Amino acid sequence: MTTSTRSAGSAAGNTLRRGRRRPVESIVQVLLVAAALVSIVTTVGIIIALANPTIEFFQQVSIVEFFTGTSWTPTFLQKAYGVLPLVSATIVVTVIALVIAVPIGLGSAIYLAEYAKPGTRKVLKPVVELLAGVPTVVYGFVALFALNPLLQKWWPTENGPGFQNLLIAGIAMGIMIVPTIASISEDAMSSVPRSLREGAYALASTKMQVSTRVVVPAAISGIVAAVVLGISRAVGETMIVTIAGGLTSDRVVFNPLEGAATMTAFIANISSGDIPVGSLDYDSVFAVGALLFLITFALNAVSIRMVRRFREVYE
Amino acid sequence: MSTPTLTPTRPDPSAPGAALTQRRSRPGELAFRVAMQSCLAVAFGVLASLLGWVLIKGWNRLDSRLWTEMPTGLTSRLDTAGVQSALVGTVWIISLVAVICLPIGVLSAIYLEEYANNTRWYNRLLELNIQNLAGVPSIIFGILGLGIIARTLGLGFTVITAAIVLSLLVLPVVIIASREAIRAVPQSIRQASYALGATKWQTVSRQVLPSAVPGIATGSILALSRAIGEAAPLLVLGAVTFITFNPDGLDSAYTALPIQIFTFIARSQSEYTELAAGAIVLLLTIVLAMNSIAIFVRNRFEKRW
Repeated sequence: MTTSTRSAGSAAGNTLRRGRRRPVESIVQVLLVAAALVSIVTTVGIIIALANPTIEFFQQVSIVEFFTGTSWTPTFLQKAYGVLPLVSATIVVTVIALVIAVPIGLGSAIYLAEYAKPGTRKVLKPVVELLAGVPTVVYGFVALFALNPLLQKWWPTENGPGFQNLLIAGIAMGIMIVPTIASISEDAMSSVPRSLREGAYALASTKMQVSTRVVVPAAISGIVAAVVLGISRAVGETMIVTIAGGLTSDRVVFNPLEGAATMTAFIANISSGDIPVGSLDYDSVFAVGALLFLITFALNAVSIRMVRRFREVYE
Repeated sequence: MSTPTLTPTRPDPSAPGAALTQRRSRPGELAFRVAMQSCLAVAFGVLASLLGWVLIKGWNRLDSRLWTEMPTGLTSRLDTAGVQSALVGTVWIISLVAVICLPIGVLSAIYLEEYANNTRWYNRLLELNIQNLAGVPSIIFGILGLGIIARTLGLGFTVITAAIVLSLLVLPVVIIASREAIRAVPQSIRQASYALGATKWQTVSRQVLPSAVPGIATGSILALSRAIGEAAPLLVLGAVTFITFNPDGLDSAYTALPIQIFTFIARSQSEYTELAAGAIVLLLTIVLAMNSIAIFVRNRFEKRW
């Protein structure tokens, strides 16, 4: 560094003609490339970590059984490896979470982007972002000890929700992803150019018409990206479903008042216990992990594409 | 954050159409506005009451016992139980994450923004890869740690394994935030620096990076605070037993705050529930304080060119 400073006078010409070797510059370049490669190594590492045990798993369990079996009981004496119970529980929780988070998140975003005064917005937007940082173990805790007792107390019929159930896990997860959906779709709505709104006002549209028929359609790819990201977070969320969602996986459960293990809850439960390395149970963790990785990979690809589209149009 | 506000009308600058439609009262309009407003109110209300409930639930445990005493699995000793080992474990892990993750993240961002030719396929692949990693579920990183770092590399279930896994988990956050901060530095600054005879690295290290520090700091703090709250990958990495000693090195067994909270929750006695609530208040205080600092730094120090 010091040598290059001292000879700064002649440096410009040198850079143009690439005459002098500058060791610092080339060392830095190597360091930068090495740092950038860490993320590639991470992805490769994830794929290798998942692939080997998954291949071993499928040498003992047929793919058909894995994808069509309706019982997942690796810890029972009568072992069965059908992944459908885990998938169905994941779907039930995700749907409940979306039913709650999409309307509330979008409504909040519309209010922040279109109605709130700049001063109010300047205060509220950071608060929304702050809430997105609440650790998920906290949501699991309040779901189990605060929300579920309330739900059980207020439940109108006899057969109310159990101690752990998919409904309460879904509700807590919905509350968890509201800030994410609100924050990202608000960004998308704010980046819709003002001229579009003014054009609509010039045609005598009301504020509601501008919001619902101009701003939301114009920001739709950003909003879809926010929702897809919400789905991806819900599918991959672990702590809430492990704490409040239940453990049943020997049959497909669609009733949200019952407890059932999601893919992530199964991984968390079984791998936090003592399982011998190389056993089929150990491998099953990785097989479910591989499926989870593929699902979220597809969701992320959709989300990335959508975000790119709305950037292309308006920025 | 960046809505252009051009309208000079003072009373309601956010509603340029308001003046035109004021004559007729439109019940639908009002209902819509109230509905949107109540969405936000419900979101805030629910979250605030839940956090308030945790505070009340843990109130009895919010004293010095929390950080001076060790966790215990014995119900008889619960009166003198705290989370010291978990707190110290969290401090260990986060310090290591900062040391491992921040340099790699910032250097990657510099490469992508200043050095990489983004018409090349490998650089575009690198970018897509980072965006995708940002969305990979945290428990998958736990599996990476279990399969590769703990077993194949033989680092075991130790502080350093946890720190590496969490570093990789939050690396995309640091990279994406740092890239945005670097990109926001105007091209003219770089050109002026080159015109004065500076080399590429001199320009980056003395002009671009100092200007990008607030954005990088914001992203880094948010990333660290996320790492503090993550429990899922550590769950896979076997950090679930009651550890009654503080970690004393990189190869030490450990526990961390969110994991300790999880083990308290898994016990059914109500004393454990209270202790969990107390520990959650401690965790939330740390995480929300860090996030507030990050948002404050961004809003206060970020240069607008």
